[in-house]
Amino acid sequence: MAAVLPVATFPARTPRRVLPGFGLSLGYTILYLSLIVLIPLVAIFTKTAELGWDRFVHVISSPRVVAALALSFGTAGVAALFNAFAGLLVAWVLTRYDFPARRLVDALVDLPFALPTAVAGIALTAVYAPNGPLGRLLGALGITVVYTPLGIVAALVFIGLPFVVRMVQPVLEELDREVEEAARTLGAGPRQVFARIVLPAVWPALLTGFALAFARGIGEYGSVIFIAGNMPMRSEIAPLLIVTKLEQYEYASATAIAVVMLVISFVLLLAINALQAWSQRRLSGTAR
Amino acid sequence: MSRVAHGSRRLLIGVALLYLAVFLLLPFAIVFGEAFAHGVATYVAALTDPAARSAIVLTLTVAAIAVPLNLVFGVAAAWAIARHDFRGKSALVTLIDLPFAVSPVISGLIYVLVFGANGWFGSWLAEHDVRVIFAVPGIVLATIFVTFPFVARELIPLMQLQGRDEEETALSLGASGWQVFRRVTLPNIRWGLLYGVLLCNARAMGEFGAVSVVSGHVRGLTNTMPLHVEILYNEYNPTAAFAVASLLALLALVTLAARAMLEAREPDLRHATRAVQVAQATSP
Repeated sequence: MAAVLPVATFPARTPRRVLPGFGLSLGYTILYLSLIVLIPLVAIFTKTAELGWDRFVHVISSPRVVAALALSFGTAGVAALFNAFAGLLVAWVLTRYDFPARRLVDALVDLPFALPTAVAGIALTAVYAPNGPLGRLLGALGITVVYTPLGIVAALVFIGLPFVVRMVQPVLEELDREVEEAARTLGAGPRQVFARIVLPAVWPALLTGFALAFARGIGEYGSVIFIAGNMPMRSEIAPLLIVTKLEQYEYASATAIAVVMLVISFVLLLAINALQAWSQRRLSGTAR
Repeated sequence: MSRVAHGSRRLLIGVALLYLAVFLLLPFAIVFGEAFAHGVATYVAALTDPAARSAIVLTLTVAAIAVPLNLVFGVAAAWAIARHDFRGKSALVTLIDLPFAVSPVISGLIYVLVFGANGWFGSWLAEHDVRVIFAVPGIVLATIFVTFPFVARELIPLMQLQGRDEEETALSLGASGWQVFRRVTLPNIRWGLLYGVLLCNARAMGEFGAVSVVSGHVRGLTNTMPLHVEILYNEYNPTAAFAVASLLALLALVTLAARAMLEAREPDLRHATRAVQVAQATSP
């Protein structure tokens, strides 16, 4: 996401001499983007416009669509919140402590990014199924995960962990430890140091990681559909409802749901951009 | 360090490692456990089945088309963005990130709306007997869409970090633009370029949602490996599904290992790759 990699962090030098190939490279970039992205994206809005405002509202306010959107947002929110805690812990352990195989563990954090979603989907279903290793354990406690909204959360927890870890990790690395040590010398306990010094510093990055995991969770498809059970009104996520509508040739309805999701993603994108700028300012403030 | 601090340190490491083992490693390991649940012979049979073979061939074909196209795009975009100043640069960067923010299902849907039977070019394509949706061209297009940011996103921060001095010096010493690119830029960015291509390829081969929408699931014709995994799984043939999935899981492992190796070789890359993976924000 644009937010995450702000061009502004690497200050542009004033060009002494302009390197060649600007027209060609920019022209090609814009042509390619227009063909692959812009034109198809316009189609989604013109298709929705065909529907008319009243029909649009009718489609997106139908109980099944509302339930699917609420489920997608609710499970994504819960999973992202869980990941905010788990991710902070993992990032802390990876940056502050040295232990055997630390680098290996660090590399493994990216597994959910690298593993294709369909593979993650069937693997998580096997893990949480009543006869699976975790499913059996949770089943003994009376908790059913597969084919319930809890299964969706479990899948999104898997998918979302690296976002929080990778956002928080660099901030913890940059954090000046002398401040923490000074606080300790002045009599602060470890909890006070964490609450008063560490947490305020990582807060923007933590929030950005949460927002990224949340945004990704809303749109997630492959890792969720195998474990979710996909019952309308109960465990049917919004992206799956789009697919279902398409299979029933209800193109306009599918597009209407997609537009709602796109608009919300766009708002989130702006929020993440703002958070990221805030986080960067804080980071450069603590680093110097 | 005091005894108490030492104890809480151990506790935190223990909890974090246990968490990662249960929530990350267990799902990964179970892929191989299930794939070999009925022995090596069943595993090999699942992979040499004609439908599996055609899925593997299609996946390789799609990646062989999408990755080079996105490689050229990525280099061009990075050259324009990291080596020149122009207005609207940040808008362009945001546009390049768009596929990360869009649900994969929507990435497929947009091509159905353009090329599908009821789409913009649907009737024209039908008249000329060209199939895009529910055919290989649609799969290629959807794959290009979800993977085009990877090379560009890897190169832009790396090239910005390296600065323009070397290229400008080469130019002032009389090198031509093409020579500057080949002799100066390319050697500087080669590891980043390689990693961008690896990421792009891993995603191209593993994409599920977007491809699922445009494919139509015609067995032996428009089934990629992830789609074949889904079909086998839904037909209550989990062992075969996990066998095909294990190939994709291996690809993920190779991609991660390659990153670790390339980062060790090129410290600048760590900065750039960290940025790009976080940028993979909102979809596979």
